Amino acid sequence: MINFGFSISRPRTIDIDRNNLHKSNEIIAAMPELQTCIGCGSCTATCTAGNLTEFNFRKVHTLVRRGEYQGAYEEMNKCMLCGKCRLVCPRGINTRGIVMLIKRKIGDF
Amino acid sequence: MKHIIIIGSGVAGLRCAIELSHLGIRTTILEKQSTIGGKVRGWYKLFPSFTSADDVVGELLRQVTSSEHITIRTECEAVGITPHVVTLRGGEQLECDAVVVASGFELFDARQKEEYGYGIYDNVITSADLEDMFNRRAVKLTNGGSPRRIALLHCVGSRDAKVCQHHCSKVCCVTGVKQAMELKKMFPTADIFNFYMDIRMFGPGYEEMYREAQADYNIHFVRGRISEVSPTIDNRLQIKAEDTLTGRPLKMGVDMLVLLIGMKAGASNALYESECNLRRHESGFMQPRDHFLGNTESNVKGIFYAGTVTAPKTIGESLNEAVVVAHSAAEWIKHTA
Amino acid sequence: MKRSTWTDYQKDIADNDYYYARSCIRQNFFPGSEKAFLNIVGKDLGRNIYDDPLHTSCTGIGYHADIVPLDTIMAVVARQFALMTEAGYENFTSSCITSFGIYTELLSTWEEFPETEERTRENLYKATGREFSKPKNLAHTSDVIFHHRKEIAAKAKRRLINAFTGEPLRVVEHIGCHYAKIFPKAGIGGSEFPYVLAGMVEEWGGEIIDYPERRHCCGFGFRNYLVQANRGYSIANSHKKLESMAPYKPDFIVTNCPGCSMFLDKWQYTIAEMEGTTYGQNGCGIPVLTYEEMAGLVLGYDPWELGMQMHQVDVEPLLDKMGVEYDPSAKYLGINGKYIGKPEAAVVNSRAKDTLYKIRK
Repeated sequence: MINFGFSISRPRTIDIDRNNLHKSNEIIAAMPELQTCIGCGSCTATCTAGNLTEFNFRKVHTLVRRGEYQGAYEEMNKCMLCGKCRLVCPRGINTRGIVMLIKRKIGDF
Repeated sequence: MKHIIIIGSGVAGLRCAIELSHLGIRTTILEKQSTIGGKVRGWYKLFPSFTSADDVVGELLRQVTSSEHITIRTECEAVGITPHVVTLRGGEQLECDAVVVASGFELFDARQKEEYGYGIYDNVITSADLEDMFNRRAVKLTNGGSPRRIALLHCVGSRDAKVCQHHCSKVCCVTGVKQAMELKKMFPTADIFNFYMDIRMFGPGYEEMYREAQADYNIHFVRGRISEVSPTIDNRLQIKAEDTLTGRPLKMGVDMLVLLIGMKAGASNALYESECNLRRHESGFMQPRDHFLGNTESNVKGIFYAGTVTAPKTIGESLNEAVVVAHSAAEWIKHTA
Repeated sequence: MKRSTWTDYQKDIADNDYYYARSCIRQNFFPGSEKAFLNIVGKDLGRNIYDDPLHTSCTGIGYHADIVPLDTIMAVVARQFALMTEAGYENFTSSCITSFGIYTELLSTWEEFPETEERTRENLYKATGREFSKPKNLAHTSDVIFHHRKEIAAKAKRRLINAFTGEPLRVVEHIGCHYAKIFPKAGIGGSEFPYVLAGMVEEWGGEIIDYPERRHCCGFGFRNYLVQANRGYSIANSHKKLESMAPYKPDFIVTNCPGCSMFLDKWQYTIAEMEGTTYGQNGCGIPVLTYEEMAGLVLGYDPWELGMQMHQVDVEPLLDKMGVEYDPSAKYLGINGKYIGKPEAAVVNSRAKDTLYKIRK
């Protein structure tokens, strides 16, 4: 193989057809309330970890729902389980429960 | 006996005629098309209660046809309007004491959004086409099969400078949620994705319905507008959008794409402006005299507006306006005797 | 495909008397194409066309790479128009899509902001003493071939048909972005369903493939490929298109843009050398043709006269499929019979992987 000094960039596209949605379907089936997220961002705004690290709960669970699992477990590990996000969620989603569920489901993936 | 001409036989026109007949006022409904009942006739179930559209229109038609005060004339297009004379295409002139313009809206022509391939690719349909399929009990793919994945795209022909439709059509968001739920009931194993820019659930029970669609029907809502539709080798449709909440492009193959087409200003509105001295908003909809104290009156005394001739509205709002207009018009003709 | 929309996008294309502006890069990569265009228009179609030795680059690549300022490119374009005016022509046709985009954009800029046209006239006059009239008709050279497609079909010696099976050849058409994505009305068929190349292919017997990434850019992108470190995402675009079209088993790709022809052809070599992936049938690349080469083959031109030996992906499998007679031994003999050199074997032109390793070692 010839080295051209560059490589072919990999697509950033979320390809729903290629992603394995099995885990994501299981997560949604276990806690359907996750689907009611309206992306308001109040969880991230108040997040203890999110103010100090790149952790973005809203983004990570949305990616997981699209079948993008890579790194999700490590991200969810940043959660300090303080529970503030659950207090602010206007949809009443059990966000701490979601964190634990995603860790459990993705951890053995 | 006083006589009022109502232009348009959609729900607003019909309701207005019924109310005026209760007040003992004779009306003539002019309908451009050959059948009466307007656009609601083509609908199946209505949000947020899933009431049958036939029940609503049917009840209005029953009351209209049983009233001796109401005359209906189809295939009659009004081309000239003054408070006392309505001129039809062909030259015939009808006398009256007031006019209610309830000529409604047009459905946006989805072919204008070429990138979605409506009329080019199989299984790209509009929300109106889907209602028709529901009515015919014939929701299926062009090859006769059942869809396994369906996408619904909000704001087609709304909030879009590219097609000169800057306004929000108001009813499409909730229609999209309603249709997603109906499709899910019909195809329980299908994955359904709604692509939206904003979800505008302004009415009673709408937000609750949205939540129900998310939690109980597992409808996937993706915030992002589909930018392009292409055919795939297995005769499906590939759609591209941004999943804006994750900041990444997203693509998927779907079996069916439903375009939630918006409300476009009525085709006659330009004529009302140029020939009848009626004021028109730059959106193309008619401009009421005042947004607060005269929103069912035109700038010409004796000419009233009801329903979607002035802006996108729900069926309930159009019906309410029809009642208001009936009383305003009745009051007006009393003083102009 | 029910291409109902293309008829909504029509434009006037002059029938005769063209002032011709060449591309900067085509003569290196597809050197026979521009000559073929002049021959087809001038000889086969009997139209008057002027190939002016005085004209220059439009500087579009420099403009899009942030090197040439707007006022400069406006003056250069004005000079091209001045040369056209001096030569007594009114119909400007450019061989390059970037140039076509530039001309379209600047004519529109002058229309919208008349003060910029005044300033350009002044700059040109100060610098060169020249004055110009704007073209009455501006067309890309693919528009000109499209315009004459029926006449070419009537004179055709061959059609875009598989000589073995009698089936239409399956063709991927790729339109340069600046043909219609800037001004959809400037292109035949608009930007979503362009018909300029599809019209030729269908007229000459071929069949168009509509594949998921048909509308995607080839990745040329000017400054993006100029810098070596950026080429990864430039090539990724061609990669995406090739991956998307391969399952349809196209017989060839035809494009109307110098950059796209070059990239879709040469990136196939690069991808094959990097990853070992080839996209054509028989383990080779997919031949990439310019529309002049396609028209030339249809009109019976010799492939080596059309410059097709300069392609990165060998065109012989396509020539065989079309039943084109050619002399394999003449491939690398130049116009005057002098040996022009032969490229080394490459994965993209090699059918069997094991023989490949022998060649390369």
